[in-house]
Amino acid sequence: MSTRLAEGGRLIDRSQAVKFTFNGKHFKGFAGDTLASALLANDQMMVGRSFKYHRPRGVVAAGAEEPNALVNLGKGGTFEPNQRATTTEVFDGLAATSQNHWPSLEFDVGAINTYLARFLPAGFYYKMFIHPRPFWKYIYEPFIRQSAGLGKAPKDRDADTYEHFHAFVDVLVIGGGIAGLAAAREAGRAGARVMLIEQTADWGGRAVVDGVKLGGKDAGVWVKDTLQELETMPNVDLRRRTMGAGVYDHGYVLAYERLRDHVPEMDGPRHRLWRIRARRTITATGAIERPLSFAGNDVPGVLLASAVRDYLVNFGVSVGDRTVVVTNNDDAYRTALALHSHGLIVPAIVDARPQGGGELAAAAKAAGIRVANGMAVAVVKGGKRVTGVTLCLQAGEGAPLEEIACDCVAMSGGWSPVVHLWSHCGGKLSWDDDQAMFRPDAGRPPTGADGAPMVIAAGTANGHLATAGAVADGWAAGLAAAKAAGHAGKTGTAPKGEDAAAAAPLPVWLMPQGASYAKRSKAWLDFQNDVKVSDVQLAAQEGFESVEHAKRYTTLGMATDQGKLSNINGLATLSNALNVTIPQVGTTTFRPPYTPISMGAIAGVARDALFQPVRKTPIHDWHEANGADFEPVGQWRRPYAFPRKGESVHDAVMREVKNTRTNVGLLDASTLGKLVVTGPDAGRFLDMLYTNMISTLPVGKCRYGLMCNENGFLIDDGVVARIDEQTWLCHTTTGGAERIHGHMEDWLQCEWWDWKVYVANVTEQFAQIGVVGPKARDVLESLGGMDLSKEALPFMQWADGKIGEFDARVYRISFSGELSYEVAVPASQGRAFWDALLKAGEAHGIMPYGTECLHIMRAEKGFIMIGDETDGTVIPQDLNLGWAISKKKDDYLGKRAQERSHMTDPNRWKLVGLETLDGSVIPDGAYAIGDGVNANGQRNTQGRVTSTYFSPTLGKGIAMGLVLNGPDRMGEVIEFTKGKDVTVKARIVDQVFYDKAGEKQNA
Amino acid sequence: MLTLECPYCGVQADETELSPGGEAHLKRFGPGSDIDDFEGYLFMRENPKGVHFERWRHAYGCGKWFLAARDTATLEVFGTYPAQTTEPPQALREAISAKRPGWRWRDFA
Ligand SMILES: [Zn+2]
Repeated sequence: MSTRLAEGGRLIDRSQAVKFTFNGKHFKGFAGDTLASALLANDQMMVGRSFKYHRPRGVVAAGAEEPNALVNLGKGGTFEPNQRATTTEVFDGLAATSQNHWPSLEFDVGAINTYLARFLPAGFYYKMFIHPRPFWKYIYEPFIRQSAGLGKAPKDRDADTYEHFHAFVDVLVIGGGIAGLAAAREAGRAGARVMLIEQTADWGGRAVVDGVKLGGKDAGVWVKDTLQELETMPNVDLRRRTMGAGVYDHGYVLAYERLRDHVPEMDGPRHRLWRIRARRTITATGAIERPLSFAGNDVPGVLLASAVRDYLVNFGVSVGDRTVVVTNNDDAYRTALALHSHGLIVPAIVDARPQGGGELAAAAKAAGIRVANGMAVAVVKGGKRVTGVTLCLQAGEGAPLEEIACDCVAMSGGWSPVVHLWSHCGGKLSWDDDQAMFRPDAGRPPTGADGAPMVIAAGTANGHLATAGAVADGWAAGLAAAKAAGHAGKTGTAPKGEDAAAAAPLPVWLMPQGASYAKRSKAWLDFQNDVKVSDVQLAAQEGFESVEHAKRYTTLGMATDQGKLSNINGLATLSNALNVTIPQVGTTTFRPPYTPISMGAIAGVARDALFQPVRKTPIHDWHEANGADFEPVGQWRRPYAFPRKGESVHDAVMREVKNTRTNVGLLDASTLGKLVVTGPDAGRFLDMLYTNMISTLPVGKCRYGLMCNENGFLIDDGVVARIDEQTWLCHTTTGGAERIHGHMEDWLQCEWWDWKVYVANVTEQFAQIGVVGPKARDVLESLGGMDLSKEALPFMQWADGKIGEFDARVYRISFSGELSYEVAVPASQGRAFWDALLKAGEAHGIMPYGTECLHIMRAEKGFIMIGDETDGTVIPQDLNLGWAISKKKDDYLGKRAQERSHMTDPNRWKLVGLETLDGSVIPDGAYAIGDGVNANGQRNTQGRVTSTYFSPTLGKGIAMGLVLNGPDRMGEVIEFTKGKDVTVKARIVDQVFYDKAGEKQNA
Repeated sequence: MLTLECPYCGVQADETELSPGGEAHLKRFGPGSDIDDFEGYLFMRENPKGVHFERWRHAYGCGKWFLAARDTATLEVFGTYPAQTTEPPQALREAISAKRPGWRWRDFA
């Protein structure tokens, strides 16, 4: 029975009780408890079910490495699955539920899987896929989905807020144990800007729990003194509950701070993601104890020896009254001694080493604890909790020698340094035979922008498992990091740690070493993913020899814990099965984050309105107030149409087209890109950028221009106006302004850097309003001001002047085929000008129109649209735009490419107009069906639709498309796909459907 | 995530404020050029494990294009320099030689 002892527990405050629930049951804990310690204090041994076999699972660890105690926390907007009970601090009102069980934790139908275990071996899921697919889809998958799954996905919006912080430091120390504290203090003394982060709420790490001595003081006192000194240093930032999540290129580190998971009633963001640039990073991340692989090592009540110690010392919780300690190293003796000193019973210490342990073993014996050397656990008794162990010889096959009744087993298979952060960005490991572990290879560190090492591993994370080595290593790392970052202030001397003399550990990868198949198939490597020794052996036998393949095949080390407990035991098992050494097998890749971090923290404030910037024209507010139906165009929101009350969007579009064609429409064209290109060489430069001649354009005139890339493909189009002798204003598409500006800068800076040209993007400096339709001139003239007559300002010219009180630059250009003025006014006058136009236009039936009306009118007129008629594979020649390609110029961007044989192929699909015979609208993107089939048996195609609309002007569907030899096939009827086995017939016609002569726009 | 020093404004720029522009020191071939030369200009790119020369733009900073020499395997940055040149500066080439003796990239060494 696990229980709270009458006294003790250095982290809990017994004066502050907290109430929480687990699976709806009410429990009591203390402030300072983790959920795991509080559950154990209430004898809640079983906390979940395993993923595949649904075996009962209890808490096995006390920290971030916990594979079993995963719970759902909170509800509604704060619901979160897969939270580790061992790293969750309890608070009043906490509500947790267990995962992976159906229908209940105590009675789980999926547990039947455990009896089917021999039918669910390694690679089960993969093998299943080979079976007839209907079986998988209708029988296996629904059952597995119902009974498996790592928690549930939240259904509600996250009610919390999150944020990102940026930090730039000389030395980042990850890990607040004695090595990290020593490192931070020394780097701080040297004058470096230091950030020290610790993932738990508590400083000092294992040293404090184990009560080791540092410089003659108790570790607890040393930690307190060191913290006190650190707190006085203005150049040191200390952060608890902050995990080093990942180390990336050039000293970039992500850290994850949990600000109020433990005090949910507090205001402010829940998590903070630190984006840190550190000159040097010290990983003082400690070590994780390994389980031992014996039959029944997954029964609730079998814990890591260090975890049993943690619960006892930190929380005053005894996991069992009678604890059998099983080990291959000296460290686990601390657990036996701690239990003994708290008056609990340790029936035996089972030490696999024939020669036994060192000074700690002697102390255990002196305390009267029985020590059984050369022995092993043959099998653990019990189902939902431990009832006893059977002992055998480690050297043998498991013949039972003796049974011991107990309710807890504390196991230690040795320690593995936490090398994750060292490895994230390329740090290599070497195998330490003496201590049976991988440790950072200082000769092959991750390197930074300067080519120098950017990460220094320190303390137990660097393989110094004993106190003296760990603290001295931390101190040295702090000094080295500060020096490398350019700080060499006065520092102190290395702290001295004291250790009991230890005997060497014995690598034990299977217990007993000759365990039978029956035992091996009950010896768990990965508790979370239900991977046993026998599974890894089967994977090796079936040829999955690479550790990365074996991982995927068996699922060893996958999911939320990423094999923190299982990896080394797993690859040692693999290496034995393959008969090669452990370093030859190697490790799987360590990838960030170290433990899972919340999606909210990754997003930070980038959600809803702040997800990305929305660009607004000076007239945007009017659109919003007047019911605009918006569509995103780049980062702009442009009105698609302005539906009136009770009117559908479609009807609004039809109305807007008709009104513009008969009266006058108003378009907010402010989003169009406006680039000013000026300088003595500007004409020459624009001749290179556009396919047509721009330098010869007279001042005061406008010309439609095309831009291609060096591949010859059309990338943008727009009207260019000659402003003065040295200056042009280039209009780009709405989405193209920044891209084309960058394109111009690229050529100016990197190819023709000696040309005297300056480019400015003035898109947002102007509001530009299209006044479009037969009555456009009447509306503008009613405001008074400049002469806008046909004679004063003919089509394709521009002029500066006043319209009413507004400073206007008027372009007589048309994208609709109507009489059209595009009027640019300073952005600050945009909204007032819009309002004035609406008022002046009232008598003329003026209505604003949106982008869909614009599209229909341009399609009726046969004008192309970048992104519709072009897709990055289309050249101007395909679009019958040969007239806009200068024959006189020696060179322009794309000219050489357009000479390539594929570009001059007469069989390239070319642009035509399309008119359905039945008046319907061809689906967007529909293909024209050709004769015969291709090599795959699919119908051949001979063209495709690029733009397609219902034209209210013509009262029928019209389209443009690229068709094989299209311009030579006028009048021919071809078929387009319209859903499965349905086609629509369309006649090839001229692409200009409306006012072919252009009389309206010239009016 | 890389940091590169912009040679114009001196900022140690984070990768998020830069935009990449592919290989540096390409020689443009225009109309009338041989098809092989043009193919090389348009399509053939170096993909070395080791010393490499690239174009970057300080897009969310000063807006200037610059060139960078770095090691594609270790991500060590040997140096950055303005884009207005057809070859890497001699001092940079020597600095690379000191760290990667015998390096070669296209016609440069
Ligand atoms: Zn810059």
